[in-house]
Amino acid sequence: MRASATRHAAKGTHYKAVVIGGSTGGSEALDVILAALPKDFALPILAVQHLHPSDDGSFACNLDRVTQLPVLEPHDKERIEQGRVYTAPANYHMLVERDGTIGLSVDARVNYSRPSIDVLFESAALTWGEALVAVILSGTNADGAKGMRAVKAAGGLTIAQDPASAKYPVMPQAAIEAEAVDEVLRAEEIGRLLAELGVREKP
Amino acid sequence: MNNPKIEPIEIDLLLEAVFRRYGHDFRSYARASIERRIRQFMAGTGCASVSEMIPKVLNDKEFFSRLARYFSIAVTEMFRDPFVYRALREKVVPLLRTWPHFKIWHSGCATGEEVYSLAILLKEEGVYERTTVYATDFNDEALERARAGIYEVSKIKEASRNYQQAGGKASFSEYYHARYDAAAMDGSLKERITFANHNLAADEAFGEMHLVFCRNVLIYFNRELQNRALGLFTESLVHGGFLCLGSKEDIQFSSVSNRYKVVDGKAKIYKKKDTP
Repeated sequence: MRASATRHAAKGTHYKAVVIGGSTGGSEALDVILAALPKDFALPILAVQHLHPSDDGSFACNLDRVTQLPVLEPHDKERIEQGRVYTAPANYHMLVERDGTIGLSVDARVNYSRPSIDVLFESAALTWGEALVAVILSGTNADGAKGMRAVKAAGGLTIAQDPASAKYPVMPQAAIEAEAVDEVLRAEEIGRLLAELGVREKP
Repeated sequence: MNNPKIEPIEIDLLLEAVFRRYGHDFRSYARASIERRIRQFMAGTGCASVSEMIPKVLNDKEFFSRLARYFSIAVTEMFRDPFVYRALREKVVPLLRTWPHFKIWHSGCATGEEVYSLAILLKEEGVYERTTVYATDFNDEALERARAGIYEVSKIKEASRNYQQAGGKASFSEYYHARYDAAAMDGSLKERITFANHNLAADEAFGEMHLVFCRNVLIYFNRELQNRALGLFTESLVHGGFLCLGSKEDIQFSSVSNRYKVVDGKAKIYKKKDTP
């Protein structure tokens, strides 16, 4: 584990953001990951969890209880700040604008999903390139595999939840089969790795 | 893989070409969404880069039309966000009632699902005969479909569910006529609706509105164009008139924030103040 964090740090990459996508069974893993992050975690986290279209923000509220980081369901054009967790609102796609703000859209579903993980990951890859960490969690469809490929192609770090430990292995497995994954880890390990990658630099 | 440093420049040039050649201005649209649409469109053209599309757009009107259709794909549903319609029923209609006649501008009506939702709500509240609804969009094809008011049956199922949650007083089936796999909205719902082309990026305000309803349109605009559109709405509204935006759209950071007070923060319903 430590070896892997050191390896990514050794590349000299200073990560600027983390994107996380999950579907069925993903929110449990997300809880574990976010619980592992320290209060002074220095990167913004943008998360897409497939939700029922009528979810009224209760997903964001529940997440807020497991992490020390502030969790927000963003408005359109909200500025992305470090150390905050942004969850895509139900029934909207969440995208990253190159000026570091959040864009929302009600475009058609992608992979039967809105929000779609691919939509977030692809736009984040364009904005942050090799300074992006992307994580794909448990789920029952292949949303996210294309997005993981885009992140990897742009030089970012891609992590899949170990399918054997995921409640539903289809989604991480699809990303692995698409050859889009650098690291395959259990949720606790993902949390620890992110915590190390997102350490705030001491002045 | 296209060069991520060059592509934003190419997209600027493409949008500039579209504007200069055809007068359609997408330059002030929110970038991430429009880039996504351009890339999707490009995949079906055989072009290897955005630059390669520029001469085609300039010289081939049919190519441009296909691209423009991609830019204006509209996705909407009936009674989208049922709580918004409940808030309109409970907090806006009682005040609209106090005017002998009132006008509603539904800007960005797309294929019309939400304008029929409004019509149903107003009918059930017994005020539909006193209203005129202007439903506008810049996309003529979408307007045609809105005017026709014929939807897939799969949409109707979702609509019925939303309608109940929105506090519907009857059975949703009273408002449409099923034909095979399609459903036609009842003709009586169209009586007070005028469909018209209006482009928030180019056209002017039209006046004396009591409610401006514009949901999930501003999210596609950049800040500058958002402010233009909000300026038009503010100019169009009578004092004490209402503005209803999408649930994730907020006037808080806009140029008109001080012209309104909040009626319902979650449903994004605002009331224009009497004095600026």
